[in-house]
Amino acid sequence: MKPVALWIAAAVLSAAADNSFLIRGAAVYPVSSPAIENASLLVLDGRVAAVGPKIAAPKGVRVIDGKGLRVYPGMIDSATEVGMSEIGAVGVTNDVRELGDFKPQLRAGIAVNPSSEHIPVIRANGITAAMAVPDGGVIAGQASLMRLDGWTWEEMAVKLDAALHLNFPAIAARRNTPFSEAKREYNRDLKQLDEYLEQARRYQTARKAAGPGFRTNLQFEAMLPLLEGKVPLMVTAVREREIKAAVEWAEKQKLRLVLSEVRKPGAMLAELKAKNIPVILGPVQDLPLDHDDPYDAAFTLPAELYKAGVRFAFGSFGNQFSRNLPYQAATAVAFGLPYEEGLKSVTLYPAEIWGVSAEMGSIEKAKWADLMVTDGDPLEVKTQVRRLFIKGREVDLESKHTRLYKKYLARP
Amino acid sequence: MTRLLWAALAASFTLPAAPPVVIQNARVLTVTRGSFTGAVLVKDGKIAEAAEKVMIPPGARVIDAGGQYLMPGIIDCHSHIAADSINEGAVSVSSMTGIEDVLNPDDISIYRALAGGVTTANILHGSANSIGGKCIVIKTRWGSAAEGLKFKGAMPGIKFALGENPKRRGMDDGPAGSRRNLRYPGTRMGVEDVIREAFTEAKAYQARWKEYEAGKARGETLIPPRRDLKLEPLVEVLEGKRFVHAHCYRADEILMLLRVADEFGFKIRTLQHVLEGYKVAREIAAHGAGASTFSDWWSYKVEAYDAIPYNAAIMVRKGVLVSLNSDSAELMRRLNTEAAKTMKYGGLTETEALSLITINPAKQLKIDDRVGSIEVGKDADLVLFDKHPLSSFAKVQKVFIDGALYFDRDRDLSERQLLQLKKKKLLEQEKQSAPQQKKQDRRPQ
Repeated sequence: MKPVALWIAAAVLSAAADNSFLIRGAAVYPVSSPAIENASLLVLDGRVAAVGPKIAAPKGVRVIDGKGLRVYPGMIDSATEVGMSEIGAVGVTNDVRELGDFKPQLRAGIAVNPSSEHIPVIRANGITAAMAVPDGGVIAGQASLMRLDGWTWEEMAVKLDAALHLNFPAIAARRNTPFSEAKREYNRDLKQLDEYLEQARRYQTARKAAGPGFRTNLQFEAMLPLLEGKVPLMVTAVREREIKAAVEWAEKQKLRLVLSEVRKPGAMLAELKAKNIPVILGPVQDLPLDHDDPYDAAFTLPAELYKAGVRFAFGSFGNQFSRNLPYQAATAVAFGLPYEEGLKSVTLYPAEIWGVSAEMGSIEKAKWADLMVTDGDPLEVKTQVRRLFIKGREVDLESKHTRLYKKYLARP
Repeated sequence: MTRLLWAALAASFTLPAAPPVVIQNARVLTVTRGSFTGAVLVKDGKIAEAAEKVMIPPGARVIDAGGQYLMPGIIDCHSHIAADSINEGAVSVSSMTGIEDVLNPDDISIYRALAGGVTTANILHGSANSIGGKCIVIKTRWGSAAEGLKFKGAMPGIKFALGENPKRRGMDDGPAGSRRNLRYPGTRMGVEDVIREAFTEAKAYQARWKEYEAGKARGETLIPPRRDLKLEPLVEVLEGKRFVHAHCYRADEILMLLRVADEFGFKIRTLQHVLEGYKVAREIAAHGAGASTFSDWWSYKVEAYDAIPYNAAIMVRKGVLVSLNSDSAELMRRLNTEAAKTMKYGGLTETEALSLITINPAKQLKIDDRVGSIEVGKDADLVLFDKHPLSSFAKVQKVFIDGALYFDRDRDLSERQLLQLKKKKLLEQEKQSAPQQKKQDRRPQ
């Protein structure tokens, strides 16, 4: 890490760069530490250089008046189809679900269309990064953490292989099958999954040995980061039984887990805490899973996880409602989650869970300046995002929606 | 005769009137008459007084709101809860069907909607047909039988649908297997034709009946025309006795329907969804149709690709009577924050935003003399929120319908354990009785 003095010196040279600026007189909410009223925030070469009550702007660095505004880290949506799906009902615009059961070699990030109309719409509400998650089959592919700005997917990618997405086999998913048959299919699927892992491990060994006749297999190559513990397995498991099976299975397989779409963890909460397994929750604004669940079951789940000491972040699990990510956190807060935790669940916690907290998720020295500037509490619907910065570069808040708004409001 | 006797008996044995209720120390958002800190007095299910200070009648139940927010019950102008089925898709015109016949008072969605502050909902037929089935307005009186759900006195309605949904069954561009059993129409042109054909028939049918009634009045002996259950509701539309609630998305189809209605001399009461309403807001306002839309849905299909969250605000600014609806048992529970989105997208005021889910849908359904605001004489349909209802952090605490407490969060919380115990007991009972049942199981010969 470079010392600030060096940065400032370097910045003087590139003072005209558009990723250096000073925001003055704003309330700064670093999230990782208490808010500072009437503060300054210096960004140099796209990274946070300093936060404090009084910071002088280095020569040539543009100054932004932050009076009446608040600065927060940009939000991170932990499960989306951003850029992978344009119009839900039109098959040819969807690249989320590939054929086949085991396809760890698929990389979501390369199918993220940087020109998708969804991207400007989502980021206009303060979301600066999102997980693009592939689906379908058992091992669906690699989920990619993408910044919501860039000319190409390559520029957008924070981490192309942020996680491998696995839909854990579930008996509950087989609704129209008699139980005995469903159980048989479930056992078969589990066995297939075990065998797949076994094959991947044999491949790993063969690869190390590099004996004659060794041939590259792209599927198993893609499994190596998982087996080496470099990448977590993002496992969709909804009910207690599936969660229990997935956790036990992952332990046996010695794999690192991030659970996803957890809805009824039941007694597994203590286990998740003990094993330090994080969870992607969402959508919070959802109906209860079962008819006789309390009406607010989905609203109170985050607070239950918090009380049990389980780490979690929120995902919107789609495209069109990604911009409402902060309101998921708000609903969780209304139903018992401490406010600070709600805010962290859409900023710092996802960054930690996806292993990028050294780079983003809070306003701290040397982190990328992924920032939203608002006129109020970002969890409140009425609040407007006034400015947005990704890697210190100011991002346009215009979108298809604002363009049509202006055009038709002006219709005579 | 017997029925008359029963009616008379029932009338004489009505339950003793519930005691008056005073909700005091509340921040009252009347929607139509500003806001104040004070009390609301409820008598015989109606709002008897709403003022900074009200006299507490003897025997009244007094509820201290503790400074919380009281607003009129939320009205959802587009919902499909409490219905056993919603789409009769085999025909292009299904006006002979009606939701009234399939109302399901046991649907848990009623209670969940209630817990989100919804007290009135327009329950619509689905959108599989250009002219769909009849709709019904209900109050979310959880625990009532089907009959008790009905909003007595509300104008009956009928669902129309334009665009992708009604033409889906007629499109021959699907995979080979889906090309069988095509049903007209398959284009927006065909949708217009189906509606025009139906109203041409309805006009002829109406004329036959008029001729018959006129002849009868002259004392002639005539055979009445054969009743047509498909055309009857359409004649009611022509005569202004039944409201048209039309599902639509694109500006072209919206304009088409307004012009067809003009041609046949009836009004479109509400355009539902109407996601491109902002493009033809002027024409909608001129026709006098209301618009009931989503706050921020978009991109789920092609006809929703130009949908923008500013739709409601633009239409309001251009003089259209606008409401926000849910079309979803989930979204229905948080229409208050949906309304708040119109402040973010398009800058509506607090009162304008609240109107979208209260007085405006009440006007659209022509029940604004009964509900939609806190005014003396109106039904005591009231919602108590712990925070301002337009805040993301607001939670419904209590819901009254006709002055009766239908939802109470404290009561809900305290009953949860009991319900769990009951469930456990039932499960045990089932386990014990299961083998016995098998023995007794005798198939009919």
